[in-house]
Amino acid sequence: MAVETTQFKRCDVVKMAGRIDSSTASDLKKAMDAILDEGRYKVVFDMSEVEFLSSSGVWVLLETQKKCKRWNRGDLVIASANENIQRTLDLAGLKHFMRMYDDITSAVASF
Amino acid sequence: MPTVRVPGRYSSLDAICEFVRESARAAGLGEQQVYEVDLATNEGASNIIDHAYGGEGEGVVECTCEIGPDGLTIILRDWGEPFDPAAVDEPDFNVPLEELSLRGAGLRIIRNCMDEVNYSPNAKGGNQLRMRKNT
Repeated sequence: MAVETTQFKRCDVVKMAGRIDSSTASDLKKAMDAILDEGRYKVVFDMSEVEFLSSSGVWVLLETQKKCKRWNRGDLVIASANENIQRTLDLAGLKHFMRMYDDITSAVASF
Repeated sequence: MPTVRVPGRYSSLDAICEFVRESARAAGLGEQQVYEVDLATNEGASNIIDHAYGGEGEGVVECTCEIGPDGLTIILRDWGEPFDPAAVDEPDFNVPLEELSLRGAGLRIIRNCMDEVNYSPNAKGGNQLRMRKNT
């Protein structure tokens, strides 16, 4: 599953399309880890084209957020998650720890 | 009753979920309900691979869909390690981020998405997960 990463001055934007479940979550993890390994911890996850999110995908976001927020060095924020995805994040207990934005512009501007 | 049997691999999830979505629509469920059924099945099948079989490539996953006048019943079967849902605690969300664990999240999602959820031993060994979504 193709994951695009775009580096901006103040943050990185990760975009993935389609379904995120156990079969594709590892692709997302690789993309997130690549950014963190470079010492960059301010990340926007653009979910505008994500149709489906299971707990496997939530796990990747949780692990990424833990690393981003460690020592207050950064944050993982979510842009354009639809209601079903927000509900899944809420059921898994992660929504509480994520800033959610309706669009990518607002999300990037938050950094 | 229509049944699919797939290898216990993450790459099989698309086939099971597509089968369930088609069955859900045939049962007259709306698109929101179709999503919920899709998600519950994905979680249930992933749990089979991860926990009943301890990983990919160790067994098969069987999915049966019963379309009735009032909704859809989905039965997931495996032949792996017995599972006791009572042994899985409800997740504790009242913790700092560093301590948040997703153990039990799949089960919580399944119970939230479906109207009835029932685990029982599979007659031939393993487990049976029976889930129902009403129209």
